[in-house]
Amino acid sequence: MITLTHYLVLSAILFCIGLVGVLRRKNLLMLFFSTEILLNAVNVGFAAISKYYMDLTGQMFAFFIIAIAASEVAVGLGLLIIWYKRVGSIDLDTMQSMNG
Amino acid sequence: MIEAIAFYTFAILTIAMFVIVVMSRNALYSMSALAAGMIFISGFFFLLDADFLGVVQIIVYTGAVMALYAFAMMFFDTTKEVKEKNSSNYKVFLLSGLSAILLIIIFVSPIISQKVQALYPMKENIGNTQSIGIVLFTKYLVPFEVAAIMLLVAMISGIVMASKRMDESLTLKVDEEIQKEEVK
Amino acid sequence: MEKYLYLALFSPLVGSLFASLFGAKPKKLFVGLVASTLLFVSLFSSIYLLCYVASSDNIIHVKLFDWIKVGGINIPFGFIVDPVSVIMMVTVTTVSAFVHVYSLGYMKHDEGFNRFFSYLSAFVFSMMVLVMSDNFAGLFIGWEGVGLCSWLLIGFWYKKEDVAREINPSISPSWAANEAFIMNRIADLGMLIGLFLIYWNTGSLQYDKVFENISTLNITIVTLIGIFLFIGAMGKSAQFPFHTWLADAMEGPTPVSALIHAATMVTAGVFLIIRSYPLYSQIPDVGFFIATLGAFVAVFAASMALVNQDLKRIIAYSTLSQLGYMFVAAGLGAYWIALFHLMTHAFFKSLLFLGAGNVMHAMDDELNIFKMGGLRKTMKWTAIMMIIGSLALAGIYPFAGFFSKDKILAVAFDSNHYILWFMLWVGAGMTAFYSFRLIMLVFFGDERYKKYGFHPHEAYWYMLLAMAPLAILAIIAGFFEESFEHFVTYLLPEYHFNIEGIKEVGLIGITTLIALSGIVFAIYKYSKGGFNPKWKENFLYKLLLNQYYIPIIYEKCITKPYAKLSKIAWKEFDVRIIDATVDFIAKIIYISGFKGRVVQSGNLSKMLGWMVIGLVILLLLVVLYSPVR
Repeated sequence: MITLTHYLVLSAILFCIGLVGVLRRKNLLMLFFSTEILLNAVNVGFAAISKYYMDLTGQMFAFFIIAIAASEVAVGLGLLIIWYKRVGSIDLDTMQSMNG
Repeated sequence: MIEAIAFYTFAILTIAMFVIVVMSRNALYSMSALAAGMIFISGFFFLLDADFLGVVQIIVYTGAVMALYAFAMMFFDTTKEVKEKNSSNYKVFLLSGLSAILLIIIFVSPIISQKVQALYPMKENIGNTQSIGIVLFTKYLVPFEVAAIMLLVAMISGIVMASKRMDESLTLKVDEEIQKEEVK
Repeated sequence: MEKYLYLALFSPLVGSLFASLFGAKPKKLFVGLVASTLLFVSLFSSIYLLCYVASSDNIIHVKLFDWIKVGGINIPFGFIVDPVSVIMMVTVTTVSAFVHVYSLGYMKHDEGFNRFFSYLSAFVFSMMVLVMSDNFAGLFIGWEGVGLCSWLLIGFWYKKEDVAREINPSISPSWAANEAFIMNRIADLGMLIGLFLIYWNTGSLQYDKVFENISTLNITIVTLIGIFLFIGAMGKSAQFPFHTWLADAMEGPTPVSALIHAATMVTAGVFLIIRSYPLYSQIPDVGFFIATLGAFVAVFAASMALVNQDLKRIIAYSTLSQLGYMFVAAGLGAYWIALFHLMTHAFFKSLLFLGAGNVMHAMDDELNIFKMGGLRKTMKWTAIMMIIGSLALAGIYPFAGFFSKDKILAVAFDSNHYILWFMLWVGAGMTAFYSFRLIMLVFFGDERYKKYGFHPHEAYWYMLLAMAPLAILAIIAGFFEESFEHFVTYLLPEYHFNIEGIKEVGLIGITTLIALSGIVFAIYKYSKGGFNPKWKENFLYKLLLNQYYIPIIYEKCITKPYAKLSKIAWKEFDVRIIDATVDFIAKIIYISGFKGRVVQSGNLSKMLGWMVIGLVILLLLVVLYSPVR
């Protein structure tokens, strides 16, 4: 029998894979992929809660998250392209302009 | 039984795909794995009786978003391997593992559980798509419209930003030349 | 009627503000004229109010606006015109109006002409607030206001350099000003404590409410209040041990000495005691202490005046001594007599000071009376007026001092305080002696000034004219005794004499006798060339000339150790502990900022790393402190 906990643990594992990506990758495109993973992990959790509590609110949130992800990609990629045209690189370390 | 088999299969596949996304040195591989992972996730949605969500997942993510990524990648040189300085993997895995463990502890231990009351309970005799439509266009009408406007704005901005001087190959120009032009 | 009250109160303020507009400008005659005119407006309003109050027995009480209204405290800006305050108003405005006119001539060549009038009028305003206020808080404001103006005016010639104490006992104007200010601050602390005690115990600072409730209070509290208020009065009226500032205050311009340090401000202490008579009549022990201190100061100050060679200092010591007389009367419960002496003293003492100002003017600011002499030939009118003033001071019939001073002696005798009486009696003799020593040395005898190359001349006519009313008042003020008594005892308690007939006449006779003998002795001695120079070697002479060495003792025992203590507090405590603590905190922040700056590298990857660390911490908190578990 698959319970809510199964889904939530799966969601947590996916989320952490996303985190690994966010932390590890320096390529901006890869970072975008990682954020997609994070968002999807959360979506799985929402859908599961929606099912096990018989509540549509979870799915509603999942929808909005998808919408946000879509617009994020549109804007983010636009910026990324401009940046690449300018600098010729999308590596995070090259974006650093402060001395720190 | 079938449910359990499906869950574990999809779980293993999704995790594997996403691990490839995160670990792969080739951007093209990563993207393909991501697209596959998205489709497997939609499998979970079908399992969870969220048919409409599953369909949206396939159309929006695998269809639209991935297509966007694919187009975007045309601007970048994707065939060569992504060179990165991955300073300390040890730290990365420590942090992520720690948060994973904590999250799992939180989820496994009995949470909120009984106290939750369904705000918009699902009805037995109505299909998933239909009930979503009812809720979305009654209770969530304003957020829905706002999201629509947001998408519109994002679309326009995406077009504007990406299409700036499409006719010139800016990638081949030197920095100073671009700046000179911008000053004009 | 309120119109006249406001006119009397605010016209000096207007004059001051007007003059202050031209404060930094070169001398403008009309500034002084405007200020003086406004002072006369104030004077006539006060006289009108006096007539009104005297004829109708009404008390004018107005509330201008609420001033402090916090929680249970409600202190309005209220003013009252009753017999006591109206007498003070008339005295203050009379003297200040004539001093203003006099200053037109005296300050004629001073570059701070406009500034001087601004300060002087501001002083009059503060003094009016002091005497007219209907509560202790307003009185305190006026009290501090006159202190401030006194500081400004003593230090009027602040550019003068400090000199050694041996050359000039008051070192420099700014030094003297600071001394006066600090002495008064110390005493004012006592007064403030008194005010707090009053408020604490009666819940109000309004005179009427306080005095209504004062009889219900514990006698210890009343005694404490009385003592603390008297400490404030001691400071302002320069009673021992706060007396040193008054003689040093003579560094200020002479009209200032006449107005502030003789006629008005220094009598504020006496006024406070008179004002608080319901309080002091409850505590005769404190009253007796006040009287004793007064008698002591009367003799103590007079003895210093005996040998001093400085024209203004002699008159300053005489002021001190006369203030002592007033305190004797006030302390023994003869409040109206104290007020009467306050008034007559204001007239003849300001007259004396203005005369001294004329002499100084003639002698190019020379103050040593041994360098003068025979000035009557060139300064006839000044000489006449100063003799009138001195006769009044010595208490010779029919001059004003006779009436008031004799009354004080009679009070001391009448209340069976024979020792006090004897001290005052001796003081009266000394007063007569030093007054005429001064007259003899300045106006009679050899013309010693010729040796020093001075060319004395009589003062301007309008300066003499300004002095004339004061001279007339010094002669006739005493004859108003009856009506004065009748008028002020409407408010103040009457004083009943037990002695009558032959005793009274005898008392007056004895007093007049010692005064006359003092005068005759002075005239006799100094017409024959003064005392033997050997006297100057005498210990007593040196003691008196050096003011009993009190300023030096103060410097050695209080000022210097205090300066040392301050230095220790500064170098050891402030710099090493407080500053170091502050610096340490600042340094910690600085260093942590410097080290922590690395975090803000602008590297997105690193920032994400920090974000995840934050996430882990939050998750940890959820696990550890989860409310549902």
